Amino acid sequence: MSHIKDVTGGTPIVLESLWKTYANFVAVSGIDLSVGAGRFCTVLGPSGSGKTTTLMMIAGFVAPTRGRILVSGRDIAALPPQKRNLGVVFQNYALFPHLTVFDNVAFPLIMRRVPQAEIAQRVERMLETVELAGLGGRYPRELSGGQQQRVALARALVFEPRVLLMDEPLGALDKKLRSSLQIELKALQRRLDVTVIYVTHDQEEALTMADQIVVMQGGRIEQNGTPEDLYDRPATAFVAGFMGDTNLVRGVVMAADKDGTLRIDHPTGRRIIARASGFQAGDHVAASLRPECLSIESPDGPEEPENAWDGRIAAVTYLGDAIRYHVAVGENRPTLAETLVVKAARRGTEHRRFSEGDAVRVRWSRSDARVLPPTRADARILPPMQAGGH
Amino acid sequence: MALDVDGQATVRVSEAAAERPPVRKALPGGQLWLLLPALAFLAIFFAYPLFDVVLRSFRDGQGGFTVQNYEAFFSRAIYIRVLLLTIEIAFLTTVFSLIVGYPLAYVLANSGPTVRSFMMLCVMLPFMTSILVRTYGWMVILRPNGVINTVFAGLGLGEIQLIYNRSGLMIGMVYTMLPYMVLTLYSVMRGIDGRFVAVAQSLGAGRWSAFWRIYFPLSMPGVAGGSLLVFILAAGFYITPRLMGGDRDQMLASIIAYQVDVLLNFNFASAIAVILLVITLACFGLYARVVGLKQLLSSKV
Ligand SMILES: Nc1ncnc2c1ncn2[C@@H]1O[C@H](COP(=O)(O)OP(=O)(O)OP(=O)(O)O)[C@@H](O)[C@H]1O
Ligand SMILES: [Mg+2]
Repeated sequence: MSHIKDVTGGTPIVLESLWKTYANFVAVSGIDLSVGAGRFCTVLGPSGSGKTTTLMMIAGFVAPTRGRILVSGRDIAALPPQKRNLGVVFQNYALFPHLTVFDNVAFPLIMRRVPQAEIAQRVERMLETVELAGLGGRYPRELSGGQQQRVALARALVFEPRVLLMDEPLGALDKKLRSSLQIELKALQRRLDVTVIYVTHDQEEALTMADQIVVMQGGRIEQNGTPEDLYDRPATAFVAGFMGDTNLVRGVVMAADKDGTLRIDHPTGRRIIARASGFQAGDHVAASLRPECLSIESPDGPEEPENAWDGRIAAVTYLGDAIRYHVAVGENRPTLAETLVVKAARRGTEHRRFSEGDAVRVRWSRSDARVLPPTRADARILPPMQAGGH
Repeated sequence: MALDVDGQATVRVSEAAAERPPVRKALPGGQLWLLLPALAFLAIFFAYPLFDVVLRSFRDGQGGFTVQNYEAFFSRAIYIRVLLLTIEIAFLTTVFSLIVGYPLAYVLANSGPTVRSFMMLCVMLPFMTSILVRTYGWMVILRPNGVINTVFAGLGLGEIQLIYNRSGLMIGMVYTMLPYMVLTLYSVMRGIDGRFVAVAQSLGAGRWSAFWRIYFPLSMPGVAGGSLLVFILAAGFYITPRLMGGDRDQMLASIIAYQVDVLLNFNFASAIAVILLVITLACFGLYARVVGLKQLLSSKV
């Protein structure tokens, strides 16, 4: 195996209907994904959604049941891990405890039979890049969590892989360290121009770092797009709920006009008027209302206008630059009590504040309510053979 | 001996290691008295007899102080020869146990639950039978008209002498020591996080490099601990050399037994025992220098 010198930039990765089944359990069901060269792709999803399984199939530690894994257009699905030339960072770093930092980072170069002098040079340079210069003689146990993370990163990057795979690499660190490392990691990825697939279940982390976000659920991709796409135009209520705070108001479409106006009835008897295409009467939907898109005011007059729900303040939280109100809107029928979260920006000092127990009216415009199907159909029940052509 | 033979208990080692093993907490000062019964037990049943043996080794027939027992030992070429032979046999036993035991322990630690339970049973079974029975069992197999030689004769091959000589001794010793080696290695290997090898592979190492550069060094505490244990046990072994070795393969323990049983020379026997003890401690010291005592005492990686 020779060291590939000329490849310093990233390379595109394509997954084609990738499946992984265990006995009769489908862990990953027919994933199609394309990540452009040098892009930072974050795979986001709840526990058990198949993120690690997907990543391990790319790395070569889990054999796919079906499907192709293309790196630079070449199918690597049949190659053993050591022939794939991909950098991998595991959640707990897995630094070799019996080797020093230097030897850990040198390991991939030794395996590639790089000459001794060049190894020393490249390891030193890599340690400088991750700001660990001078710590080469230490053992992993003598480092802090953040430093260990950097060593793992240096080790995965020193042989200039075309692709870097990371499985919750910051999962074990505290919040502050995480956010500073997120920024460093992103800068490093830009500088080295490597394609990254990064698994996390922290949506904030995903928004901070990614060029492309893939939301997984139940072994399949729920949505794939830019952070803006996912945040502003979620495809399903599941994605909307996963990407940032939102109020998901579930209901049934009662009427759908030809011009796209929907009348959605909520179980409390209240009503949402919204605009969306592709729905018809009888559909179960969820309306996503972002807290910052809702306004709050005193109820004037007995009649509720369109898209205005009366309720009572259940809780008030000061966020510094904004105030968050929890408004209970299920008063008529307490068993169905629902709460809308309203985030009101503070406008100077004259901003009218409400306190707990006040009667208020929450309003939004038609265009602020995003009507979504609840989720994509759960594919786990389908055996692999039937899903080829979906 | 704190060997971990329970497969279940160590399954989650990877997680535990990830969260760093908890630092051993010292008993709060006020509760140290709880240790008293254990200390008393150790003092009465271990420290006192040892102390007594050391004392006896410096006594002459009338009970006065003397070093003549040691002089007698080191001035007779035969004793020196037996001493060196003891070290040699213990060393060879250790080496062969390691060669045979390492692959066994590796398979044991890295196979599925069914294979593991079966192999564990095979390794543990000898522990459950008397050593005398097992040794006689081997004698039946190895003796001139035993199973092996009968088969050899049937194949038209000549008879080979497998017992009452060095080869018989080694077969018996390695067989007896193998469980100690395997279990010590196994307990360390179970604690090695499987991801280390996976990571090594993702970094470009082939199976052999990943084993040799990562797995093997991480199993070193087991190699060191198992070797030390086997060496110490082998150096003081009595029954197997007695029954399966030749006349020229008798070790120090046989001489001690002879002094005690036949000559009733307890003081001289004590001196030999102390010499054996010193050799053992010397080995321990040497190991501690080479491998590091901490690694030796804790089988942690
Ligand atoms: N070897 C296996 N045998 C059977 N089922 C498995 C195996 N490995 C994983 N699974 C199942 O596949 C599903 C996906 O697992 P995976 O580890 O990919 O989840 P994940 O998205 O990484 O979750 P987390 O965020 O908790 O790490 C889980 O339901 C898991 O139980
Ligand atoms: Mg995972």
